[in-house]
Amino acid sequence: MKEILKDLNKAFENKTRLGIMSALVVNDRMDFNSLKNLLGVTDGNLASHLKSLEKSEYIRMKKEFLDRKPNTSYVATTSGIEAFKKHIQAIENLLK
Amino acid sequence: MTKEKYLEDLKDIKDIMNRSSRFISLSGLSGVFAGTFALAGAYLAYQTVYYQQAYVDYRRAIIDSESVLQLIGIATGVIILSFLFGIYFTTKKAKKKNQKLWDRSTKLLLSNFAIPLITGGVLCLMLLIKGYIGFVAPFTLIFYGLALVNASKYTLSQIKSLGIMEIILGLVATHYIGYGLIFWAIGFGVLHIIYGLLIQKQDG
Repeated sequence: MKEILKDLNKAFENKTRLGIMSALVVNDRMDFNSLKNLLGVTDGNLASHLKSLEKSEYIRMKKEFLDRKPNTSYVATTSGIEAFKKHIQAIENLLK
Repeated sequence: MTKEKYLEDLKDIKDIMNRSSRFISLSGLSGVFAGTFALAGAYLAYQTVYYQQAYVDYRRAIIDSESVLQLIGIATGVIILSFLFGIYFTTKKAKKKNQKLWDRSTKLLLSNFAIPLITGGVLCLMLLIKGYIGFVAPFTLIFYGLALVNASKYTLSQIKSLGIMEIILGLVATHYIGYGLIFWAIGFGVLHIIYGLLIQKQDG
């Protein structure tokens, strides 16, 4: 039991962070507003969770210009995808 | 207690993955209506092609430039009606599911659908101009099937098997040139109605 719990990632315990990662694993990139609409959270809430995931280097910010307007989108890093997969695996083991 | 929380987490993950990357508001009813229009269109086309021939005699399809124009007219009518009803039912379902109709997954869905479909459409126009009318029915089925398979990663998973059925049907139809109208009626009519009902039942 302890072995399994060890694999659960604290970074993904929170619902918003779990949501962000779920979306970024299946989409190559997503911008702030799409994430906000998808998860139904406030600007401040989303921003703080994005920042914490960025700090863990699970996601990365990507700034680019779309029709000359700055557009910030987010991308999951390789280590982020790995960590997320491991977390899901741990949940599945726990539920077995 | 914790188990329940993690079960719910898994459900959330799956739900968010689906909602963010797939267009899931596709309505089954639009399939049923498209299929019905296609069957009506096939009946009209049958009347056009086998016009004024005795029912019991050996009959051959009469296709001249006038009836080709009529057939294209019928096909265009079927496509436009199916499209309008498709948009109507899908908008309604998107509202019910609280999903945005026009987002990134819709754009990906449409562009992935359009590329094989337009390729097939242009190819069939060329065949029509060159006089190879018999190949038009099988090739439209094949390319429509390829378009569905290609687009299926961005929408309901049932669309993939519908696409594969259309491809198989098109390949069989390539062997039985001359029965194009029947294969068309099965592919665009019957299959759409069956899958439409299936989606409607499973997905609401």
